[in-house]
Amino acid sequence: MNKLQKVLRKRSKKLLNIYLTAGYPNIDNTLDILYALNEQEVDLVELGIPFSDPLADGLTIQQSSEMALKNGMSVERLFAILKMADSDRLPPLIAMGYLNQMIQFGEEQFIKDAKDSHIDGLIIPDLPMDIYQRDYQDLFRKYDMGISFLITPETSNKRIQSALELSNNFLYVVSSSATTGGKGGFSLSTMDYLKAVQRIETEIPKLVGFGIHDKTTFEAAVKYCDGAIVGSAFIRMLQKSNDYHKDIATFVEKIRT
Amino acid sequence: MSYNVDDKGFYGQFGGAFVPEMLYANIEEIRVNYRELLKEKNFLSQFNALLKDYVGRPSPLYFAKRLSQKYQTKIYLKREDLLHTGAHKINNTIGQILLAKRLNKTRIIAETGAGQHGVATATVCALMDMKCIVYMGEKDTIRQALNVGRMRMLGAEVIPVTSGSRTLKDATNEAIRDWISNPKDTHYIIGSAVGPHPYPDMVAQFQSVISKEIKTQLLQQTGSENPDYVIACVGGGSNAAGAFYHFLEDKNVGLILVEAAGKGVETDYSAATSVLGSIGIIHGSKTLLMQTSDGQIIEPYSISAGLDYPGIGPMHAHLITSGRAEVFACTDQEAIKAAINLTRLEGIIPALETAHAFAMLEKRKFDSGDTVVLNVSGRGDKDINTYLNNIQYE
Repeated sequence: MNKLQKVLRKRSKKLLNIYLTAGYPNIDNTLDILYALNEQEVDLVELGIPFSDPLADGLTIQQSSEMALKNGMSVERLFAILKMADSDRLPPLIAMGYLNQMIQFGEEQFIKDAKDSHIDGLIIPDLPMDIYQRDYQDLFRKYDMGISFLITPETSNKRIQSALELSNNFLYVVSSSATTGGKGGFSLSTMDYLKAVQRIETEIPKLVGFGIHDKTTFEAAVKYCDGAIVGSAFIRMLQKSNDYHKDIATFVEKIRT
Repeated sequence: MSYNVDDKGFYGQFGGAFVPEMLYANIEEIRVNYRELLKEKNFLSQFNALLKDYVGRPSPLYFAKRLSQKYQTKIYLKREDLLHTGAHKINNTIGQILLAKRLNKTRIIAETGAGQHGVATATVCALMDMKCIVYMGEKDTIRQALNVGRMRMLGAEVIPVTSGSRTLKDATNEAIRDWISNPKDTHYIIGSAVGPHPYPDMVAQFQSVISKEIKTQLLQQTGSENPDYVIACVGGGSNAAGAFYHFLEDKNVGLILVEAAGKGVETDYSAATSVLGSIGIIHGSKTLLMQTSDGQIIEPYSISAGLDYPGIGPMHAHLITSGRAEVFACTDQEAIKAAINLTRLEGIIPALETAHAFAMLEKRKFDSGDTVVLNVSGRGDKDINTYLNNIQYE
């Protein structure tokens, strides 16, 4: 069992997954931010591999990706940085990228290098489940790489079952019909949706993403699910921060207590 | 080998629907409905009636005598430039607005580059009393200001897109994000033969009226329904898809695609996807696209806003890689020269996009007995400023 799986098995805990765009705000501090998040005992970190055309992402993550690319971040560079990391100081890691990046790098090489870079799971939002099964599942198994598929309020029961069968880390529950970066509170229909998700029976934890930006939305999510992913709000905090260590500690504390 | 789409949405290895789950339901709704709808009598009679009485179809097939003399072959022009709104784009928007009505949608979104698709969408939305939002790269709103004015007059909201490179690719991204956020009431009218399945096939079918008419008209004029060659410019590829559609499986008909070389394929300013592209995913489709070794999509360049797209439709990627179609790349200057040439010989001012197809005539010899059909995808009114700025009259 890898580091990520150990964390995910602790179902009693309200899992906090922080999203960070790799290479934002600088290339040099990606590792420092990861170490700092680990010190705050964040349960896992989703590293976004910056992409020129991030369809599913709202403005905040788009802009952070653009900045990261300007900084010179790339798939190759990210793997090189992570391979040099002190693995004891890294939090459990997953990576989020778009299929084009994986294809261009070479799919098998991508999965192998990700694994060597302490990444135990991938989220590829534009990889359809049937294509994964047909073309990639064997490769993921070969390198013991996990994967999480997304469900949304529009996802049919049949597809939810497929997503559960294929996801081996956690199920990614998209809170509402929107791109990432929502700032408001949860609507009644979102709450109803999360309640419905709670009733889905599965062995793997359910993590809620999109629109989780403060303690209120985090608490609402973990009331019905096993954890939540905070992305754009974390990026917005980094944007303004002059002292990452201090501000990351405050940010995590504010969400958790 | 088949050159049309298979039942999984692929053209050979290209195509498919590589979309995030947030878009799955939207696209699935169209996928399960469009094929049946396209066979339905009621739908077809509505579609055909609008094409005839509102759009002005059939568009003429005109034997271009002086142009033919110059190039020592028989050139026929398919006059899509004479349609309502000035380009072939309206064939598809008429079809898709009827589909949207049928799916009980109340809000239409679209992307546009040159503005022709935006105008065609705004037009059918006015006709059908639908709310219309058009995403357009900020750069394109400036170089195609006339079309922005037309869209606004038609009642559409034009949203200038400031993300990324501020052109067609980014306008498409923004439209997709809008659709993710408004899955229930909104239909996305994609204007080109690109995007996730079933869009490339649906757009190709709505545009296929072009090649259907070519067959009938050629038969009347020459006694044979098949030409030796069909030439079309290609950005995303909707006019080419329509002009080729009924000739795809008939290998006696040569298919010729003309891309925008920009300032030259060897420069950093080009949109020649077949030369500069490699396999990848763009806007939900596996196809050829211009990208870095890191898989970042490269911003293309062309003087023509409608050919300024880093990818190419999956049908065309398949036609090119399988050798079914020949492909040429013409530069900005070659296109402008060809536009002047056509204007002076035939009295037709073509759109800058179409001018690229005419520029190809300088690059390949045809036999004097060959029948060559060139699809005049749009008229040049919207490009007059660009022409004036680039033409030096002797």
